[in-house]
Amino acid sequence: MTGVFKMRYAEVGYNLEVDLTSGNIERVETDPKQTELYLGGLGISSKLMWDRVPPETEPFSPDNLLIFSTGLLCSTPAPGANRTIVTTISPQTRLMAFSMMGGFFAPELKYAGYDHLIIRGKSEGLVYLWINNDKVELRDASHLQGKGAVETQELIKQELGEPKAHVAAIGLAGENRVFFASIEQGRSSASRQGIGAVMGDKRLKAIAIRGTRSDISIAHPQEFIELCDEVMQFIEHRQANPIPGVMPILAILGSPQEMLHVDEKWHTESFVWGNARERIKGYWTKDIEKKWKETQESVRTRLISCYNCPIKCGAVISVPGIASYMMKCFSKLTYTMAAYSDLDFGFRIAQRATEYGIDGFSGPQVMAFAVELREAGILTDKDFEGCPSDNEGIFYWLLDRIVRREGIGDALADGTYWAAKKIGKGAEEFAHNTIKKHEQVPIKLGMLNPIYFLMYATGEKINITQIEGQFPQAPFATMEDKQEFVKDWIQVPDEKYKEYFLKWEPRGEFSMPFYPGIEACCEIVDWMERMHYIDDSLGICAGLSSFPLKPPYHIHNYPKFIHAGAGLEMDSAGLTKIAKRNRNLVRANNIRRGMRRADEKPPENHWRRRFPELEEKLLDGYYKFKGWNRDGIPTKESLQDLDLAYVAKDFEERGILKNGQS
Amino acid sequence: MAKVKKTIKTITVDVDKCNGCRACEMICSAFHAEPKYSSNNPERSRIRLIRLPLQDIYLPVYAGEYAEAECAGRNKYIIDGKEYSECDFCRASCPSRDLFKEPDSGLPLKCDMCESEPPLEEPLCVKWCINEALVYEEREEEVEEQVEIEDLERSLKVLLDDFGEEKLIGTLARLTQGEPR
Repeated sequence: MTGVFKMRYAEVGYNLEVDLTSGNIERVETDPKQTELYLGGLGISSKLMWDRVPPETEPFSPDNLLIFSTGLLCSTPAPGANRTIVTTISPQTRLMAFSMMGGFFAPELKYAGYDHLIIRGKSEGLVYLWINNDKVELRDASHLQGKGAVETQELIKQELGEPKAHVAAIGLAGENRVFFASIEQGRSSASRQGIGAVMGDKRLKAIAIRGTRSDISIAHPQEFIELCDEVMQFIEHRQANPIPGVMPILAILGSPQEMLHVDEKWHTESFVWGNARERIKGYWTKDIEKKWKETQESVRTRLISCYNCPIKCGAVISVPGIASYMMKCFSKLTYTMAAYSDLDFGFRIAQRATEYGIDGFSGPQVMAFAVELREAGILTDKDFEGCPSDNEGIFYWLLDRIVRREGIGDALADGTYWAAKKIGKGAEEFAHNTIKKHEQVPIKLGMLNPIYFLMYATGEKINITQIEGQFPQAPFATMEDKQEFVKDWIQVPDEKYKEYFLKWEPRGEFSMPFYPGIEACCEIVDWMERMHYIDDSLGICAGLSSFPLKPPYHIHNYPKFIHAGAGLEMDSAGLTKIAKRNRNLVRANNIRRGMRRADEKPPENHWRRRFPELEEKLLDGYYKFKGWNRDGIPTKESLQDLDLAYVAKDFEERGILKNGQS
Repeated sequence: MAKVKKTIKTITVDVDKCNGCRACEMICSAFHAEPKYSSNNPERSRIRLIRLPLQDIYLPVYAGEYAEAECAGRNKYIIDGKEYSECDFCRASCPSRDLFKEPDSGLPLKCDMCESEPPLEEPLCVKWCINEALVYEEREEEVEEQVEIEDLERSLKVLLDDFGEEKLIGTLARLTQGEPR
């Protein structure tokens, strides 16, 4: 750093570095040049991972970092700028994991004076980190051992006498290094890819923050507040005018509004039950609807939001007789559908699972996988000794074993991919719903969708919901509806996306899998992914941006937000380049850890009708479009174009890219 | 004193509609930054949300008058099965708590309904609360004419309480005459 003072806008300009081995804690000034290159959030955290976590690093090594990043716009008045991006090496995928959460953690960290919290090392005993502005300390957490993730947050706030602190905590699953353990925080959680297990391995039970001293400055205040006003007005407009022709949970903003809506016809009939196995057509009857409505309305105390966001994606759930907890989105149904049970069971078991701190996608699938293995005789009654005989009881019993790694729970705690390898005897056949060793959304469809094929195959965010969004999931039936849809589709980066959509038909020459064509598919996927990468570097919730159709934030107003907020010169081409740089840096981390084309495969049975030749061509086309070689490795030229020459050099030194070749 | 017509500005707080997002705190602190919107920090806000989701408690409270001493109010209120302290409902910036004080100086904060030139349509906490937990209303009332306490006067009152009349007058005299300390 030079001695010249540079005013920092939107960000605070300091990181907090905590070494759990030595107990050393430092506040470190950051280089504003890095902000210009990577913005913040995922961009900065993937750079930190690249610089400081070499590919030999094991997930459960003290050298693995656990980074809590705020996005560049977090804590500015921009609505929904509240996301925390948690980055580490995943025990499950063994790749770079980045799981995100909303809530209040990122804003609190920033108001305490830090953009990124970087944790390394491993504590001897269980501890928690208490960040009270510039007073930061590690405190004994032995009395919190085995406590629930929600319970822990409340206990820490009580013992600190700080009801306004925000706490991120792990439960028993994290402590016992369950590969799909989550980090829970208020109404939110960072659940995917086992980041809670890394936190547990570091013997870090929780992080509590109170931030009151750091003002967040804005470069061009008047301009910025006008942009915020426009976004708020758009949100009001969109919520009052749902998009016609799409299912209710996708017609408005936010993550799917499953706490609000009772109507689950689409999920219960289109998604699959059990171990991601079967669709139940005609499930959603009047009787079910009536029963589920009663259940949902009797336990839902209130719909709630994250920091500075009007959309109510979450809810406080209070089932009589058990402790209250908070829920959002699809975890409402994952336990219900995995166990072929009902909504009441779903709400009850999710309370226990949330306290244990596990991922609501992977957890239920792992349990349903165990049930299938027992039915197939691969797991025996001996493995299930002491297990109740009723269906719901089996799931509670499995959950309790998994988070304690007791008996068969020990293998299952590694997720379906690794558990199947440990169990053997053909168990691999039953771990059928993974990509890159990680459980996927439980959905099985008929005809290959070329757009979704590319997103599933190449996504490194692991969850499809973190890649999809801007382009409708299916063609509309009539030209009239299509024209109505494109009329106010201001979010498209280019008019050609409207053409693709207008021409797209449910049947015939212009239908899937051969339409949209390869080049169009590449462009559509690239656009959708780009918007997610921008969100993740700015800390804006995908629910107001990259996930729903026609959102308030898009490629045309984002550059203005960055300019007015952070004072960086920006246009849509410049922002696209940063998103591309960050995308390639994530991939570079994973390529260096061994990820290749062979890993980029959706589950065999994801679609009934597959087209191997077309799929190869799609992948070839997309890699080329992205500037990656046939094996999915970014080429030297494309890396250099993105100011990532240091990655190209490293690739050459490691023999990943051959000298003189791309 | 004479009767005068006065516009009474009120905000109706419907706690059942509060979604707990704290946008009201954020935008209040941004509006009152110098220059306007140049920074924000909810700790500087003149509205604070008491937010305890697991107890279903959401209570936006506005900053009112400065109180030089804490009061005897330690009662508990139970409303619909939820426990509040008497303090929770109080608008005062008072010595018993760190609410409604500038974090750097400790000087008291008070809601001014976002008074500005030209006037805003409604206070910004209301504008940003699109879930309508906060709703603004104006009505005319006849009231006794009285002198408003200005910001400066309120701040001076705090200093007066803290340091006493003699010290304050002495310091002021010294500062204004440029006498060396």
